[in-house]
Amino acid sequence: MVPLTFLDDNKALAFSNQVVQQGAVGEDVIELQSRLQYLGFYNRKIDGVFGWSTYWALRNFQYEFGLPIDGLAGAETKAKLVKASKYDKNFVKEQINKGNKFTHYGGVDKKKQSAPQPKAPAKAPAKAPAQTPAKTGSTKQAAPKQAAPKQAAPKQAAPPKQAAPPKQAAPKAPNKPTAANTPGGFSSNDIQLMANAVYGEARGEPYTGQVAVAAVILNRVNSVSFPNTVSGVIFEPGAFTAVADGQIWLTPNEQAKKAVLDAINGIDPTGEALYYFNPATATSKWIWSRPQIKRIGKHIFCE
Amino acid sequence: MIRGIIIGVLAVGVAGTAYWGYQEHREKNAILINAENNYQRAFHDLTYEMDLLHDKIGTTLAMNSRQSLSPSLVEVWRLTSEAHNDVGQLPLTLLPFNKTEEFLAQIGKFSYQTAVRDLDKEPLSDEEYDTLKVLYKQSGDIQNELRKVQHMVLENNLRWMDVELALASGKETTDNTIIDGFKTVEKTVSGYDESDFGPSFTNMQNKDENYNKIKGKRISEKEAISIAKKYMKFDGNAEVKVTENGKGSDFGFYSVSIRNKKTGQEGSMDITKKAGYPIWFINYREVDKQKISLNDANLKAAAFLKENGYKNLELFESMQYDNTGVFNFVTSENKIRIYPEAIKVEVALDNGNIIGFSAEEYLKSLNDKRKIEKPVLTSEQARKKVNPRFKVMEERQAIIVNDLNKEVLCYEFLGTIDDDTYRIFINAADGTEEEVEKLKNAEEVYDEVI
Repeated sequence: MVPLTFLDDNKALAFSNQVVQQGAVGEDVIELQSRLQYLGFYNRKIDGVFGWSTYWALRNFQYEFGLPIDGLAGAETKAKLVKASKYDKNFVKEQINKGNKFTHYGGVDKKKQSAPQPKAPAKAPAKAPAQTPAKTGSTKQAAPKQAAPKQAAPKQAAPPKQAAPPKQAAPKAPNKPTAANTPGGFSSNDIQLMANAVYGEARGEPYTGQVAVAAVILNRVNSVSFPNTVSGVIFEPGAFTAVADGQIWLTPNEQAKKAVLDAINGIDPTGEALYYFNPATATSKWIWSRPQIKRIGKHIFCE
Repeated sequence: MIRGIIIGVLAVGVAGTAYWGYQEHREKNAILINAENNYQRAFHDLTYEMDLLHDKIGTTLAMNSRQSLSPSLVEVWRLTSEAHNDVGQLPLTLLPFNKTEEFLAQIGKFSYQTAVRDLDKEPLSDEEYDTLKVLYKQSGDIQNELRKVQHMVLENNLRWMDVELALASGKETTDNTIIDGFKTVEKTVSGYDESDFGPSFTNMQNKDENYNKIKGKRISEKEAISIAKKYMKFDGNAEVKVTENGKGSDFGFYSVSIRNKKTGQEGSMDITKKAGYPIWFINYREVDKQKISLNDANLKAAAFLKENGYKNLELFESMQYDNTGVFNFVTSENKIRIYPEAIKVEVALDNGNIIGFSAEEYLKSLNDKRKIEKPVLTSEQARKKVNPRFKVMEERQAIIVNDLNKEVLCYEFLGTIDDDTYRIFINAADGTEEEVEKLKNAEEVYDEVI
């Protein structure tokens, strides 16, 4: 991993040395999105997750600037980006922390001088007013003194607000993306619900045993003889003891959540089992008649 | 004497009453939990169906041909009726919920009418397309609101029974997030495909093939151990346990679990008896703070696969979850992607070690004698089959498993309609629209809501 970082041009001061690729999360992505938005390539929420919109925006940028189009923010791309755009970290972070919807175009006047992208001027004014009403708070303090000459005439709050933050030495905001990757087919709530079930059913089990319980839930969702939804499977009457006795409402730990993600990512330690039981406590005779596949921790998994 | 008897009788009576009371209490609790679970199910089902509905309308927007449009509209119709049903099961009798039901009925009607129509003779008009777009947006809003409520319900352990009690007693003023949440949902009324895990997902029917396509000699337990050690990077002095599969399994495999007492490292792996391919492994440990980038992790994952003899794999998807990166690789032969042959590798972003691996789909579809036929259509011809509103950004040929469980050669188009990204597969032989997949955007974190 080291060699790549040496190529890095020092112009890319703000970015860290890493190559940013699709799926990444974090500070560099926030900066990437802000800079792309500054140039008018990216017009969605700055959320710190490198998703498809960011990917297309980056590729368009690479195309317009004559870079190799690979959708990766490598050293060269980052250097070009830094050169072409401005990034006001504190402002962006502050808005994210306040939960504001905003667009980061820098001071509009500045943009007029520096934006080489023909698209940018057209888009910026259109976007800015629309977004402003949401965040009236910061506008008032800043408006009067900030010189935003050409845009001053209309009473829109946009130019002053965006120009203001540089002066206000905003407190160092903790960096946190406001969105998260979730695997295709599942919302974070689905994952949470499954983690609840896994924790209630298998919190004393080894990690693999927890993944296995999550995998059984997924196998059931995919099976024709069970409900087709995660919640349907979990709350099916009599299906899980943890649901019947209310243990499902214990707060799950991170490990349970991770086990669920592993299972969703295709790890199935059970060999496609649809049932499992604890031989020490199982009361139903019927369950012993199922063909058994394997044992993990205290649970026996069967077909 | 009499006093003694009376005391005795009373004591027995008190004890009996206490016991009876306790029984009643337990029964009441059991029934409460049961009722609660039913409400919970209906509610989580509802949100899930709204997720599906939103995505399904989204994919419908991207479709072009009747063959795929009609089934998709039927699916929308089915989902609305299920969601409707779920709304009906919620204890909302005292809440105004008719707008949402109206909305569902509206989508249902629209999708039904268009689905049963012969779309070849009378394709979707521009107005209808716009209607669909509006419905798409509205369902997105509802989905978002419902998710917020769901998040609060899960986060704060809210009970539906409490809602019911609150509603029954008319004490709505207490902080009742569920009711408030649903009111918002109601006001706004103005993602995830069910068992559709994208093109690389081999579905259940396929599963009975039991790794028949793997060729090789049966391995011994000892070999299984050494393979496991090699993949998971365990040194000599680890504690190992091997078990064979039980009778219930459709195929033969060894389960190896290894523990290194010194480092606390724990790994488990299943290996096919035939040829000794790892099916999956977990190398579990707590992952520390992120130190390497997703890109570096990607290189590590690729190197790991190469080192273990997997050939022609190409990265197809990468995702970061907290401090781990998950990479999905598929086979690529002469630049043709073979989606069924997919391997997932999980990398810890603190030191770049491989902590998870899953090759189930890969092993089920692995086929080195696959003959890839020349496409009949040219890429331009295939492009014409795609929805005209779809803006193609990337194009390639790919093999996917279609609805009939057959492998088909397709043109794959990756592109956008408005803000959403889609992957569309057009059969390279006859131009059928085999699959339209709406790709996921990052999901908002709802923490600030609480």
